[in-house]
Amino acid sequence: MEILNIAEKVAFNLIKQAVIYLPEDVKQALRKAYAEETSAAGKTQLKAILDNIEFAEKYQAPMCQDTGTIIFYIKAGAKAKDLYKIEDALIRATRRATVEVPIRPNAVNPFTQKNSGDNTGKLIPWTNWKVVPGEDIEITVLPKGGGSENVCVMGMLVPGEGINGLKKFVVDAVLKAGAKPCPPNILGVGIGGGSDIAMKIAKKALLRPLNVSNPDPEIAKLEKEILEAVNMTGIGPMGLGGKTTVLGVNIDYAYRHPASYPAAVAFNCWAARRAAARISADGTVEYLTHKVDEVK
Amino acid sequence: MAVYKFKTPISEEEIRKLNVNDVLYVTGTMFTARDQAHKRALEYFKQGKPLPIDLEGLAVFHCGPIVKKKEDTWTIVAAGPTTSTRMEIFEDEFIRSFKVRVIIGKGGMGRRTTEAMAKCGAVYGAFTGGAAILAARAIKSVKSVEWLDLGMPEAMWILDVEEFGPLTVAIDSHGNNLFEDVQRKVEENKQRIYQKLGLSP
Repeated sequence: MEILNIAEKVAFNLIKQAVIYLPEDVKQALRKAYAEETSAAGKTQLKAILDNIEFAEKYQAPMCQDTGTIIFYIKAGAKAKDLYKIEDALIRATRRATVEVPIRPNAVNPFTQKNSGDNTGKLIPWTNWKVVPGEDIEITVLPKGGGSENVCVMGMLVPGEGINGLKKFVVDAVLKAGAKPCPPNILGVGIGGGSDIAMKIAKKALLRPLNVSNPDPEIAKLEKEILEAVNMTGIGPMGLGGKTTVLGVNIDYAYRHPASYPAAVAFNCWAARRAAARISADGTVEYLTHKVDEVK
Repeated sequence: MAVYKFKTPISEEEIRKLNVNDVLYVTGTMFTARDQAHKRALEYFKQGKPLPIDLEGLAVFHCGPIVKKKEDTWTIVAAGPTTSTRMEIFEDEFIRSFKVRVIIGKGGMGRRTTEAMAKCGAVYGAFTGGAAILAARAIKSVKSVEWLDLGMPEAMWILDVEEFGPLTVAIDSHGNNLFEDVQRKVEENKQRIYQKLGLSP
């Protein structure tokens, strides 16, 4: 089969897997939060979330009606053939998923306010490319919900304030977001590079599983410190009060300009959906985040 | 905390019984309305144009569902709540104009809505954000769809529901707002957090 067809099939499966099945690390974090939550209102919310996750799997339906803006991350092997066909395959897969999964049409023209009806439009789905050695093509999908997107923030901090400025920026973002991003959330924190780069890093950091800390022990410590701090806010599940506001903090960075300290916080809702697969040169496919038999 | 099960149309007298933290289940007619449907409904009201249905005593759901059409029948696939604060600019006028009794959404609403609810007799029921399949299971059928030109999420879906909930009464008709209470506590915690992190306020 040629790459256009393989990539379309794989991307379709990834969208379907992602919107129906939460990754195991997110499910585990939610179960732990439910066990540890002491606020009655918060516990009710977490119970509803856990029940809903089960129902979604049982009825093969998207766990949340907001199936997000479809964002892809491609690791393209430099020797892979016909890479120029991949984006076309991703668009086709997105259109097919809109009808067949189904997922909600979420692509609107910002001038006419018309919904395209098929989750595609100018530059959407959005695709991030990275060229890597070899022949494999790795596709990751991040269906990104709108409620949590609406509280993402980017700031040009004061370099002289250093890490303390960053800590305050993240804590203030969580305080300001409150109930809006469907807590408990996952935070992606991106630092450095430039204004656009910081947010790109932050959003990509949402793909890191919750049970994987930053390989740099100092940053891992900072992730834990910020996690504990934001869970002292008392915002709780769905903002109705409680001790679980954030399930995990994933930090990543680039070097910064001496005069700039760009920082960004990307929020993901509890429905932290992601799925990935690798296509080898011979056309074989390995699903990396979900067991393939989960897709019926 | 008490549990109430109401059938639409819900009267002002019934709604006044509810207090924050109570749990409510709604049976009967519910309709979805997001930004665009609120805007259009209010424009119709100002122009004296009739709405597709009488909204008095009904529950309005801040929701853009996923809906599937098979032959001539629409089925709700997933229908969790959307963020209600976006409707804050419309909701007080909406409550006054149409006498809806239950506003269902996530994330809570502000002072203007809280005051309109106290004045006219309406409550805000918080439904767990993202719990779209829980919600879909309580929706028995799609009675009709209006204003589909606004797109699937923004259209007005008129739904027949059975024991739709649990809805945590987060704003009652007595001026209480649970989200504001949590917000006050969060504000108090802020200084403790800054201290723990060694930050100056």
